[in-house]
Amino acid sequence: MQLIYEQSTSGRRGVKLPASDVPAAAALPGALLRAEKAALAEVSELDLVRHFTNLSRRNFSVDTNFYPLGSCTMKYNAKVLENSAALFAPFHPMTALLPGGVEFCQGTLGMLYDLGQLLADITGMDEVTTQPLAGAHGEMTGIMLIAAYHAAKGNRAKKKYVVVPDSSHGTNPASAAIAGYEIITVPTAPYGDMDLELFKKTMSDEVAAVMMTCPNTLGLFNPHIKEISDIAHSFDALMYYDGANLNAIMGKVKPGDVGFDVIHVNLHKTFGTPHGGGGPGSGPVGVKKALIPFLPQPRIIKNGDGRLLLETANQGSIGRTANFFGNFGVMAKAYAYIIMLGREGLIQVSEQAVLNANYIKEKLKGYYDLPYDMTCMHEVVFSASKQMEHGVHAIDIAKFLIDRGYHPPTVYFPMIVKEAIMIEPTETESKATMDAFIEVMIEAARTAESNPQALHDAPLTMPISRLDETKAAREQNVCSVR
Amino acid sequence: MNDSHYCPHTPEEIAEMLSAIGAASVEDLFAPIPTELRAKTLNIPPGMSEFETFSRMQEIAGENVQGITHFIGGGFYDHIIPSVVDHLANRSEFYTAYTPYQPECSQGTLQALFEYQTAICRLTGLDVSNASLYDGGTACAEAAMMALRVTGRNKIVLDGCVSPFSREVLKTYLFNLDVEVVEIAPLDGLLNRSLIADVLDDTVAGVLIQNPNFFGSIEDFSALANQVHSVGALLIGSVYPISLGILKSPGEIGIDIAVGDGQSLGNPLSFGGPSFGFIAAKKTFIRNMPGRIVGETVDRNGKRGFVLTLQAREQHIKRHKATSNICSNQGLCALRGLIFLSSVGKEGLAELARLNRDKAEYAKSLFAEIPGVSVLQSAVTFNEFTIVLPKNADDVVSGLLKKGIAAGVPLGQYYSGLESCMVVTVTEKRTKKKIDQLVDALKTELADVRF
Repeated sequence: MQLIYEQSTSGRRGVKLPASDVPAAAALPGALLRAEKAALAEVSELDLVRHFTNLSRRNFSVDTNFYPLGSCTMKYNAKVLENSAALFAPFHPMTALLPGGVEFCQGTLGMLYDLGQLLADITGMDEVTTQPLAGAHGEMTGIMLIAAYHAAKGNRAKKKYVVVPDSSHGTNPASAAIAGYEIITVPTAPYGDMDLELFKKTMSDEVAAVMMTCPNTLGLFNPHIKEISDIAHSFDALMYYDGANLNAIMGKVKPGDVGFDVIHVNLHKTFGTPHGGGGPGSGPVGVKKALIPFLPQPRIIKNGDGRLLLETANQGSIGRTANFFGNFGVMAKAYAYIIMLGREGLIQVSEQAVLNANYIKEKLKGYYDLPYDMTCMHEVVFSASKQMEHGVHAIDIAKFLIDRGYHPPTVYFPMIVKEAIMIEPTETESKATMDAFIEVMIEAARTAESNPQALHDAPLTMPISRLDETKAAREQNVCSVR
Repeated sequence: MNDSHYCPHTPEEIAEMLSAIGAASVEDLFAPIPTELRAKTLNIPPGMSEFETFSRMQEIAGENVQGITHFIGGGFYDHIIPSVVDHLANRSEFYTAYTPYQPECSQGTLQALFEYQTAICRLTGLDVSNASLYDGGTACAEAAMMALRVTGRNKIVLDGCVSPFSREVLKTYLFNLDVEVVEIAPLDGLLNRSLIADVLDDTVAGVLIQNPNFFGSIEDFSALANQVHSVGALLIGSVYPISLGILKSPGEIGIDIAVGDGQSLGNPLSFGGPSFGFIAAKKTFIRNMPGRIVGETVDRNGKRGFVLTLQAREQHIKRHKATSNICSNQGLCALRGLIFLSSVGKEGLAELARLNRDKAEYAKSLFAEIPGVSVLQSAVTFNEFTIVLPKNADDVVSGLLKKGIAAGVPLGQYYSGLESCMVVTVTEKRTKKKIDQLVDALKTELADVRF
């Protein structure tokens, strides 16, 4: 397809602007003006609509294809959530920050407060800040809260390390690094969880926090989690819960009950808000009481009369992590999702997410190597090691699936599994959909033996075949110069 | 019991699946969680229908005071959004996809992001951009960290005329790193040039300015760029994208890294988000950029295609040594920005920028005629300017808010000594009639002031 810029014709317009009803201002000094207008597209409205409509048709999406992308929780996004968020489009965030302005924003501030309360209950925390704009942003905020906690006790210099398992999301160590920490990585034991003995040896007074995903990225719940928390706490290290995999455990276990002190929640994963082709997400952070004094400002609080207020002058706070109140529109969707599903609905979400993952695990384990063969939670990680014997890699299976109309699972993550194929079906998929997917996965395994070349050639049905990624990295054409 | 239409299994299907798994019940699947760790309660209210949910959301929206006329900005601006933006960005093939890890079935998102990066490069006059950051404030912080990496130095100089919110975010990000942040107090709504000369030396990694700044002033930073470069530091500019329809681009000024908030490009106010942060830089800095970058390449048949590139910078590969921790970005908001810019187009963006300035200049001229009111800055302005009132601006603003007008952002809480000042924003959406009403309302509000 042509780029929008390649369809431009000088002088063509896509929208008519309002005519001016005021006098023209005196011209600005030439030194402040750009020499040439920015070379944006010049297309008609119809050309624009066709271009983006046709581009959209070159995407797989949850609404068009099964999308079992592990660790991303690509569940169906209910349409009423979109309608709900649109109700809040006209509200200016600065209104709440004007003198007396909070009285004009009781609805939106109240919704953020209530969402915080709901998330606090689901996760077993005492208070939630809705400011972080994505999961990784939440992680960074959470680790900064931990840093502030240690600093307040005079231990900032002593506490130098954050411990992560080697199966953790890459964002965990990257976020801890921004908070100024060095990283200690603990290997995974053959039983699929962080090696407990090595963990014990790692722990010392110099550890500030332990970051865990539970269930972890292998989809396994760590039965020693309470013991790990207790050990961490004995060194005054705080426990950080990466909420990326919360979809498995709603109503089943609360991170706060098993010793976690800080958690971020990915609203775009567990709470049904769409992923937007890369974002926006939203990453509220929940904390235990001891960390409340450090929460970001402005903090939304409720007074005795039930009116919402903003706390803006707490000197102990880590400060602002984003310009306003977080990704409000995303939070409106998540709030609608929670109140719509309710208590029983959320429990059912986790139950069926786990049921679906175990079903796929059982149906495929005869065809793909399953390095950790045990009851999984919301996702299952296979390895293409059997297929490797025929020269077929995880990436080849992924591309074969595309030709059959499936978005591939996450491949090559977690890094601790060779040729990993990480499948997260989510609760919104029907048995029929999964059965059809299972058939195609079996077909891929058989094709790997009978005709590996067919897998190397895939995909053949897409607008493009496999791309030369080396050329992209070498030439660095990231902006059209045409 | 199946009471949710989002969990589609019938009891028979659940039974079949359990039998395939070899489990007696769904509860058995949770056996790996030790009994003593299990949740005892879940205090979430019972669920409701879609209709009831939407009604509740309408009630919540109704609890905000409706129909306020905005003359406030502060980083978020009330601009027109062409109808095509909603219709195209709301195509679910876009909004229910995720990060385009598999390029063959994600060319829609990838090409759109490449076109977005191109729009940002052309707007800013710089060479490279990425697939978006979170917002304007975090983009300032990411740019500062980029300057630290590029120079290997550990000092950031902040112009106090940069949005106080963005400055706070930047300070939060840098607090735990071994970085010194030096802030320069503004002088009459402008960068204090004599103070900057004193702090610029070869320990400075980057200088962050904003143009137009928080007071609305437009400055010529070309000389500053030379000054900053002469000590080997980078100039980082936070810019307002609509103003770039007419204003000198960051590239022309000599800015090394340009950032900003993309809300004004087709994203609704939505109580502060989601919007997107954009970043653009000179090509030499590409390996130090944060976040996803889309690059052009060819497929096996030589056909053009787009792919995520230079991923070795990113957290999923480099972990704690990554250029940033960012994973999810604000892709859909960036897509809205692209559709907005492509709809308004080359001529339209210049026209829109002029329209904003014309409206603001009209308002400014009326304010200047009110006895006791003056304009703070001698510098030229875009669609925001700062006025000095004959009484406390907090009182004026809260008084006018009760009349349904958000008249401006009072500066007292952000700058001590400026308690009588407020920043007024006038976008193209404000008609002459609304501007006249604002001026009349302000006159009434000031009627009790005696000179």
